[in-house]
Amino acid sequence: MLILECPCCGVKAEETELTPGGEAHLKRCGPGSTDDEFDGYMFARANPRGVHFERWRHAYGCGKWFLAARCTATLEVFGTYPAQSKQPPAELQAKIKARRPGWEGWT
Amino acid sequence: MAMKRYSVFAIAREAMSYHMGWERAWRSPAPKRKYDAVIVGAGGHGLATAYYLGKNHGLTNVAIIEKGWLGGGNTGRNTTIIRSNYLQDPSAAIYEKARSLYETMSQDLNYNVMFSPRGLLMLGQTEHEVRGYKRTVYANNLQGVSTEWISPRRVKELVPIINIDGPRYPVLGALYQARGGTARHDAVAWGYARACSAMGMDVIQQCEVTGVRTEAGRVIGIDTTRGAIDCDKLGMVVAGHSSVLAEMAGFRLPIESLALQALVSEPIKPCMDVVVMANTVHGYMSQSDKGEMVIGGGTDGFNNYTQRGSFHHIEETVRALIETFPMISRLKMLRQWGGIVDMTGDRSPLISKTPVEGIFVNCGWGTGGFKAIPGSGWAMAELMARGASPLAEEFSMYRFREGKFIDESVAAGVAH
Amino acid sequence: MSTRLPKGGRLIDRTKPLSFSFNGKRMQGFEGDTLASALLGQNQMMVGRSFKYHRPRGLIASGAEEPNGLVGLGQGGRFEPNQRLTTTELFEGAVTASQNHWPSLDFDLGAINDRFARFLPGGFYYKTFMFPRFAWKHVFEPFIRQSAGLGRVPQARDEDRYEYAYAFADLVIVGGGIAGLAAALAAGRQGKRVWLIEQSAHWGGRAVVDGVQIEGLEASDWVKETVETLEGMENVTLRTRTMASGLYDHGYLLMYERVADHRPGDGRPRHRLWRMRAGHVITATGAIERPLSFAGNDIPGVMLAGAVRDYVVNWAVSPGDRTVIVTNNDDAYRTALALLDAGLVVPAIIDARPAATGALPAEARARGLRVIEGYGIGHVKGSKRVTGVSLCVQAGEGAELETIACDAVAMSGGWSPVVHLWSHCGGKLIWDEAQAMFRPDAKRPATGADGAAMVTAVGSANGILNAHEVLADAHRAAGGKGTAPGAVCGEESPMLPVWIMPQGAGPALRMKMWLDPQNDVKVSDVQLAAREGYESVEHTKRYTTLGMATDQGKISNINGLAVLSDALNRGIPETGTTTFRPPYTPISMGAIAGEARGGIFQPLRKTPMHDWHETHGAHWEPVGQWRRPYCFLRHGEGIHDAVNREIRNTRNAVGLLDASTLGKILVKGPDAGRFLDMLYTNMMSTLPVGKCRYGLMCNENGFLSDDGVVVRLSEDSWLCHTTTGGAERIHGWMEDWLQCEWWDWKVYTANLTEEYAQVAIAGPNARKLLEKLGGMDVSKEAFPAMEWREGTLGGVRARIYRISFSGELSYEVAVPASEGRAFWDALLAAGEEFGVMPYGTEAMHIMRAEKGFIMIGDETDGTVIPQDLNLQWAISKKKDDYLGKRAQERSFMASPERWKLVGLESLDGGVIPDGAYAVAEGHNANGQRNTQGRVTSTYFSPTLGKGIAMGLVKHGPDRMGEVLDFPVDNGKVVKARIVDPVFYDKEGEKQNV
Repeated sequence: MLILECPCCGVKAEETELTPGGEAHLKRCGPGSTDDEFDGYMFARANPRGVHFERWRHAYGCGKWFLAARCTATLEVFGTYPAQSKQPPAELQAKIKARRPGWEGWT
Repeated sequence: MAMKRYSVFAIAREAMSYHMGWERAWRSPAPKRKYDAVIVGAGGHGLATAYYLGKNHGLTNVAIIEKGWLGGGNTGRNTTIIRSNYLQDPSAAIYEKARSLYETMSQDLNYNVMFSPRGLLMLGQTEHEVRGYKRTVYANNLQGVSTEWISPRRVKELVPIINIDGPRYPVLGALYQARGGTARHDAVAWGYARACSAMGMDVIQQCEVTGVRTEAGRVIGIDTTRGAIDCDKLGMVVAGHSSVLAEMAGFRLPIESLALQALVSEPIKPCMDVVVMANTVHGYMSQSDKGEMVIGGGTDGFNNYTQRGSFHHIEETVRALIETFPMISRLKMLRQWGGIVDMTGDRSPLISKTPVEGIFVNCGWGTGGFKAIPGSGWAMAELMARGASPLAEEFSMYRFREGKFIDESVAAGVAH
Repeated sequence: MSTRLPKGGRLIDRTKPLSFSFNGKRMQGFEGDTLASALLGQNQMMVGRSFKYHRPRGLIASGAEEPNGLVGLGQGGRFEPNQRLTTTELFEGAVTASQNHWPSLDFDLGAINDRFARFLPGGFYYKTFMFPRFAWKHVFEPFIRQSAGLGRVPQARDEDRYEYAYAFADLVIVGGGIAGLAAALAAGRQGKRVWLIEQSAHWGGRAVVDGVQIEGLEASDWVKETVETLEGMENVTLRTRTMASGLYDHGYLLMYERVADHRPGDGRPRHRLWRMRAGHVITATGAIERPLSFAGNDIPGVMLAGAVRDYVVNWAVSPGDRTVIVTNNDDAYRTALALLDAGLVVPAIIDARPAATGALPAEARARGLRVIEGYGIGHVKGSKRVTGVSLCVQAGEGAELETIACDAVAMSGGWSPVVHLWSHCGGKLIWDEAQAMFRPDAKRPATGADGAAMVTAVGSANGILNAHEVLADAHRAAGGKGTAPGAVCGEESPMLPVWIMPQGAGPALRMKMWLDPQNDVKVSDVQLAAREGYESVEHTKRYTTLGMATDQGKISNINGLAVLSDALNRGIPETGTTTFRPPYTPISMGAIAGEARGGIFQPLRKTPMHDWHETHGAHWEPVGQWRRPYCFLRHGEGIHDAVNREIRNTRNAVGLLDASTLGKILVKGPDAGRFLDMLYTNMMSTLPVGKCRYGLMCNENGFLSDDGVVVRLSEDSWLCHTTTGGAERIHGWMEDWLQCEWWDWKVYTANLTEEYAQVAIAGPNARKLLEKLGGMDVSKEAFPAMEWREGTLGGVRARIYRISFSGELSYEVAVPASEGRAFWDALLAAGEEFGVMPYGTEAMHIMRAEKGFIMIGDETDGTVIPQDLNLQWAISKKKDDYLGKRAQERSFMASPERWKLVGLESLDGGVIPDGAYAVAEGHNANGQRNTQGRVTSTYFSPTLGKGIAMGLVKHGPDRMGEVLDFPVDNGKVVKARIVDPVFYDKEGEKQNV
């Protein structure tokens, strides 16, 4: 039963207020992309046992999507940040690295 | 390595000596340096793959590697439902193959897996659902799967404890598979392990894979916590952890790992002889031979490797089932648990070659793997031994690139 | 015999006798009794039968760990099976019945299993019952099911109600013994929001029974004082009868409050399930005593030593007149002393340790008790009640040296901390050699959202059994300032792990040593499992069913895994424990469901006209959380007749459809057009203001996901209609793309679905009806098809869309939701002279099918792309991109082999069964019949007087006139011809009048 802080409205949202949206930072491939690129965008997933960047929507709250960095093995939440981010904020990356020294880093 | 047969006479004989004479069900060998084939994952699917490699293809220089204890993943934590009333041809083919193998599994393995074709109902509770199930019945009859659409009255006769009148979702009928049912999940793994061991295969528990070795795009072996093992062929059959293993071999899978939960009530005297699935309200229930009501629901929506789920899913499931079976309100939940299921892009499994030659993958069974075990092992063994299998054909991991999905959500919301 | 003692009993009120019944027999107890103490007070030691062998079973414990004392409690709508005697408070008129026997508790035919026990070792069923094949389902399994199963099946609907509650706390302390109280005191004084919960009705736990002194007071007085202090703190909440059933991730603690179990039917909810979010959890859950494994340890009268003490001290009940104590530790001596204090006889204390040298044994000796060191019980005599024990050397093989007559045995094999909550979220345990117990490993706790520990175990739950140290531990863990409360309690000398008694017992004795008395798992069964290779503790559990009973192994697990470890010649920590899963003790399904049942099982969405429908014969169809009228039944009318009437009336006069459930999403902003061009397959940016356009939406995987009419309201705003089921999903979908992909586009969306009531007015008289209402020009000239107008219609602000889903002259009118019902009434009143009649969803479906319009969810099922439905005309060729476009370029999507939409007509004019498949020649590689198409919609058309259908057929549009075979029920084959899917008014003359 997760609690994630919505970076938009600041509410510490209970899992039942949220809807999950899968892996974050996927790059959309539209017309013009190769079959492999499109397949990768649509279906291939990192699905790590460990640090995971993912999408959530504060569906029964402010309605905003946001991103979270969370450990899938312990459910520790490293932080949340706005959906309008090309990559996890540097401070968050540093925090994750400190908490999980073995983490291979953001790629 | 012939094993002693189990029978009522053997029990009587052993009883005379306080059962001191029983031998090990399976050996516990140290890994050899090299095998023709290594299967990673001693769950139902992995053991069945090994079993059919030996039985159907004469390949017995095989090791089955397990990081924990055999049968300890989803094989040992599912709700034991067996059915083959799937809509799409490839699914119906492999699940019906599995179901038919379950029919004789106890005799084939000389291990009572307690397959009980007690009948299975999928309730139609909206017009839309009714239409989906009627379509399934027609499809099934052409697929060689025996199912029928039955009336609410017949539902009530089969399940006296059910409430068919709603108020929210009256039962409009049901998709009925008379030869669907349940089996004893642990026994399936144990029975296969015993048979594999008897064929000379090595079941190696407490042995975790730490790396996959390849050379020129071809697998040559694995590294494990119990040393390096060479192999010509490698089968990855590790359910919830498929992505982790694929990562070691250098490729990605169209898989996400999610938690799926189940629960049982305290045992009561027999009151429901069939399996009932209510997909509109998201719950399903059967009664075990011990008398517990075995209950399952939907998956949590976020990536999770903890084998724990969120309680609100349990609430939703229990609510749905009280609505359907009002009497369970006075029962108590004895135990809840979770497993990690791997979900593919179309919620159908992968039985497939991979980008690495010699590596084969069998995963993505989502919430419905147990029922497929023997069929899955049959197809995977054929694929590994011969390079192709009609049952596995459509379950290639490359289907996503072509847009050739096998989507079962068409008829039923969930696929337990 | 077990009896009520003439005096004493800290928890009972002798001035308040209560009557109850057991198996039809009238009995008496007192207020404050549990059902268990009341039964013992009436000499009812035997309370049930075991699961497998149907052996007689008596009470073993006094609390939540009790495996045997389960009864059916109550009657009718308040009957509940498997109610635990030890945790159920006695109430006036309680009706109880023992379980799992036939015909009676005393004489049970099922006990025949016991006679054959030798042939029924652990896991025997895996080795037999295999021949003949059908026999498992038809012979063996029914027999096993009937013999297993424990409690009776509830028959009536639950008469009680249940509720949820939510709470938040900085700290929740679980367990109201002295550890929990000390922790609450320490935390409460720091001003934290603290909850202290206790599963029983009483504070104090074991210390009050054991005669501990705290801060110079009797433990019971200290407890009373402390509770009063805590009650005086505003920041502290105290709750008894509240059990923490499970700890879930991120501090989610589920607490089960048995509000009215002890006063059934008093009007309060029976149970309340608390969803607590705890900043931190302290488990002060105590420890559970372990039995000893000696032959016959399952015979009624053999009990845990601590439980015997509880019954004597708390409820003034003596389990026996002569009680033998058997132990491997000092604590059990307290039981001997308590029995002496109560004037009862203790013939011997059998201590397995070579020497009993502590203060407690010394006191026992001083009071004249016989302490036998280095000995054990060889076997217990008796069947339904203990009659004596045989004495043997613990280090020997069980040779009988002496028989000691007794009618009760109090055993103690040491204590196991209650680590369930600690473990639920992954907290790890370590093996404590000295005390022979698994206790929480403080270095490896369960962690919370921040990665820090979210649980701390204190007191005996932390493996600390000395009261003084317990208080110090709890005080420290709660961050207490200053010194902890101090306690005086006797020092104990070390215990000695004893896993079987005697050490060298042979197979015959081991077959009589019970580990799990409810499920009938014995030492020999675990040893057999080990011998057969079921080496993992999980294998052994599952093979033997050890610990799978309703007590979930609270008293049996540690003994079992010790026996397993010994059999495998490996250490206990190497064997480890099975997984601890919630709930700690079983919780009612009713409580889990809470109030969400019956009418409020799920939220019910109602249109403004819902009540009118309800009172006018609506036959409801659930659509998402709405219910829509499938049709309106008139008196004595069947469903099909009603549907046909509604269609004929709409085609010939005028019909009204409540279309309020359709999704209505406003999309507005400078980039709204560009956005909708990405969302829909067709071009929406070019739609002129004032016009409507039918649009298709696909998901990114290319499949058709929703459809509806898009309305250009103004230069920068569009109103998108969605399907009823699609409104929330599509709105979320829009937001997803706007927020996460095209976040720099200036667009906003609003889901206005419930802001408007919407009515489709369809039929030749539709215009007349609107004209009669008046206020807007709805003429053909002023208001052409696929346009919209705003104005006042019959005095109501309205927006009218001239769109048709029925093929008739049709207007869809949206009015403010608050005026929906009035508008509906006005339409009915004004329309009377034109033959107005409402119609339901089925009539709508049939009329659209007559016109060849597709329906999302019928023609589509998540695997269909617009091209399959010949909807290329709705796919813009001019756009570089739209959601789903790339996906539709993949090889299988672009294949000419895909099944495409056609109309179908059976040769005999009948209705083709829904969902039927058209067969093709031959079979595929898996032996399945090849197919070439399927029916997607099929109806009887009252307009055409015959069956009509739509379907998807391979190369369908190129095969007009061909006849296909649809095998249906019972070997029958329906022959149907491929036709144009538009069956009615192909030129559209009816709607364009």
